[in-house]
Amino acid sequence: MLDLINVSYDTQIPNNVGLSQDKKVLKALEKWHPGYINWWNDLIPQNFQQSMVYLRTAVSVDPKGWAKFDYVKMPEYRWGVLLAPQVENRTIPCGEHYGQPAWQEVPGEYRNLLKRLIVIQGDTEPASVEQQRLLALTAPSLYDMRNLFQVNVEEGRHLWAMVYLLHKYFGRDGREEADDLLRRQSGSEEAPRMLGAFNEETPDWLSFFMFTYFTDRDGKMQLESLAQSGFDPLSRTCRFMLTEEAHHMFVGETGVGRTIERTCQVMKENGIDDPFDVDRIRGLGVIDLPLIQKKLNLHYTLSLDLFGQEVSTNAANAFNAGIKGRYMEARITDDHQLQSDTYVVWDLVDGKAVQKEVPALTAINMRLRDDYTKDAAGGVGRWNKIIEKHGIDFELKLPHEAFHRKIGVFANLPFDPEGKVVTGAEYDKGLPEWLPTHADGDYIQSLMKPCYEAGQYARWIAPPKVGIDNKPGDFEYVKLHMA
Amino acid sequence: MTQPIKQHLIDPEICIRCYTCEMTCPEQAIEHDDMNVVVDVDKCKFCMDCIPVCPTGSIDNWRIVAEPYSLEDQYAWTDLPAQEDVAGDDAGLEALDDAVAALLAEAHKGVGGKSRAPATAAKPTINLYTLGKPAEARVTGNFRLTAEGSDSDVRHIILDFGGQPFPVLEGQSIGIIPPGTDAEGKPHLPRLYSVSSPRDGERPNFNNLSLTVKREPHGVCSNFVCDLKPGDTVRVTGPFGATFLMPSDPNAHLLMICTGTGSAPFRAFTMRRQRENPKLKNSLTLVFGARRQQELPYFGPLGKVPESFMAKHFAFSRQDGEPKHYVQDKLRAEADRIGQLLLEPSTHIYVCGLKAMEQGVEEALKDIARARGVVWTELRDQMRDQGRFHVETY
Repeated sequence: MLDLINVSYDTQIPNNVGLSQDKKVLKALEKWHPGYINWWNDLIPQNFQQSMVYLRTAVSVDPKGWAKFDYVKMPEYRWGVLLAPQVENRTIPCGEHYGQPAWQEVPGEYRNLLKRLIVIQGDTEPASVEQQRLLALTAPSLYDMRNLFQVNVEEGRHLWAMVYLLHKYFGRDGREEADDLLRRQSGSEEAPRMLGAFNEETPDWLSFFMFTYFTDRDGKMQLESLAQSGFDPLSRTCRFMLTEEAHHMFVGETGVGRTIERTCQVMKENGIDDPFDVDRIRGLGVIDLPLIQKKLNLHYTLSLDLFGQEVSTNAANAFNAGIKGRYMEARITDDHQLQSDTYVVWDLVDGKAVQKEVPALTAINMRLRDDYTKDAAGGVGRWNKIIEKHGIDFELKLPHEAFHRKIGVFANLPFDPEGKVVTGAEYDKGLPEWLPTHADGDYIQSLMKPCYEAGQYARWIAPPKVGIDNKPGDFEYVKLHMA
Repeated sequence: MTQPIKQHLIDPEICIRCYTCEMTCPEQAIEHDDMNVVVDVDKCKFCMDCIPVCPTGSIDNWRIVAEPYSLEDQYAWTDLPAQEDVAGDDAGLEALDDAVAALLAEAHKGVGGKSRAPATAAKPTINLYTLGKPAEARVTGNFRLTAEGSDSDVRHIILDFGGQPFPVLEGQSIGIIPPGTDAEGKPHLPRLYSVSSPRDGERPNFNNLSLTVKREPHGVCSNFVCDLKPGDTVRVTGPFGATFLMPSDPNAHLLMICTGTGSAPFRAFTMRRQRENPKLKNSLTLVFGARRQQELPYFGPLGKVPESFMAKHFAFSRQDGEPKHYVQDKLRAEADRIGQLLLEPSTHIYVCGLKAMEQGVEEALKDIARARGVVWTELRDQMRDQGRFHVETY
């Protein structure tokens, strides 16, 4: 009998989808495998590839089995194909097919739409590993290095998850798309990654934390809505990916939080009460809070662009087709078809940002973006608690959605972070206060010195409150291979 | 007065609100608002499904409370409240399973108050597997530790957990569920056994552990365990125990006093120390009693542990041609050294074995302390409250 909970290791690719009995797909995946390993090996510097990293590997999709920790060399990590257990009698949760049995095979009429969604999702996974490939060289601790590698190997696994769907359900053009996922490169001139934010480099650790907090959270929201898909294999894949994605959220939120904590500590130790006393604060080797606000503005607004146009027929079609649901679709109490509902979106009227009602079906992107913003605001609230605890008068804020946008109704318009239209001159003058400048980047870069001693942390960041897997403070999360 | 109860709580300071626990919980016991994720005490059944899925560790928090924290209380928190002293709670949180908690409370009674874990002990996982959802382990070894001719049959049993995570710390126990039913036709309840291997496995990095089990006449579970053959499977609950643990501090000196299978946790302590800090000197002291040398579990392997690493004192009560010696006699014979250890703040004392040994050990320590001008009960209470005095007897 097929064991759908525990992971089978009888093929080269750990899986719970019965690969050993699915020769055609197994062969296709085995053919794709060497290209993947090459891609991985060319990516991260060799001394890290040879190091023993304390990583979490899923050994089963049962809750007890997906967090087994052990030392492993990254190229030997067991990337596998893991789908959440099938829910019996699952039905399509939204759109015109609402209530019908969920599809176990690709419905012909939606084949291209589905394939495109899977390819876009799949493209972001290796892209982020590419963006972060050199960060280990400046890791502020072995703990942080481990977290980085955990994020990286799991993004790698998410690529596998999407490639499996392409191979299994989309035949020859699925295989071609899978090959292209390894051909495109983040930041490449001739074959860049599909989404803009995934072609920006991640130059330093604060950017990495901001990226995992804001940009991976977009990934989380996309996975949440794909987990609501009427195409059951996609839903099951994404549900399992979400359990891993949570770790990425954790790395981002605590990374930024620990940076803030350290800044506040050092300010207090040196009797600095004014968070805008930037020169003195930087003189002490920590990252000033106004700069953290600027980084937040940048990464939040870049991530908002990932949600696309506020009013979108593509999104409406995907929802209506039952291919992509809303965040927590199952917990929403409406008709799940949105035939006569409306939703409030931002629009531009006479050069001003105004809110107006549009048919809810066309505002699916906007709704997901609002859910995203709400979700992202939670962590900002926690960060402010840290600042408040130290008695420093400063509050981090999410900027207005009109600020610094490249996509949607506000694209390329001079809004300030409060959402007010300003003149070109005011915008130019405001920018160095709103977004990180090159000088800011240089300063952060100057702090990026590796700290490879177990239990030690770079000066600009506080140690975590709890270790990974309950490990004590001086645990050697990465046994570095420094040949 | 109502009995104190155990409550599952989430640390709001560490939680990142990913709601993975909420999605995982089969009881819908977890909910959230914009700031906090909270656990409904009326719905949580301690199934532990939410524990491994949490990316932060914030989920793994437990309190003993007289009056449970309401959802409103939890929503208002920015920090997790510390464990309060609760009237009627003498045992602390050793297990969530009430029957097991009662057994451990009884076993730890000799400590004379509420047991506390050493300050530098690693955080234990408790109750991951329950009677309703036990783990299944495969037997990979069953070796007799006592001489063939002896009427005492003590076994070294190795269990492999395969793909199931089973995190144990040295000093913790697991429950074995014997198959079949009791006289009333009810399924047997689990019996507790102390783990005798270190946290990284009987074999390093194998997902296995060992037990040290003595066959008891008419013992339902001990006979079942002692008769196990490689390849057999057993149902396991646990791990249990959150205080009888070793300190992580390599400079802490462990004075381990045991009889018979009470040596199980000390084998684990010793192996852990050896694997972690093999070069330490004068790191451990073992006082070990048995009837005869042939009946002392692990006598052979113990001989290979250098005396400079661990001072070993054996007491035999039925050795032919020798006077009867008990562990308390050895303690008195080593009064100088033991007395010195008692006064050192790095010393951790562990007593493990049959209940009958407690009184003799206590008397000996009292006398040794008195000779140094110290009142043992005062020192003991102080050490216990600092997590430096531990008793587990049965």
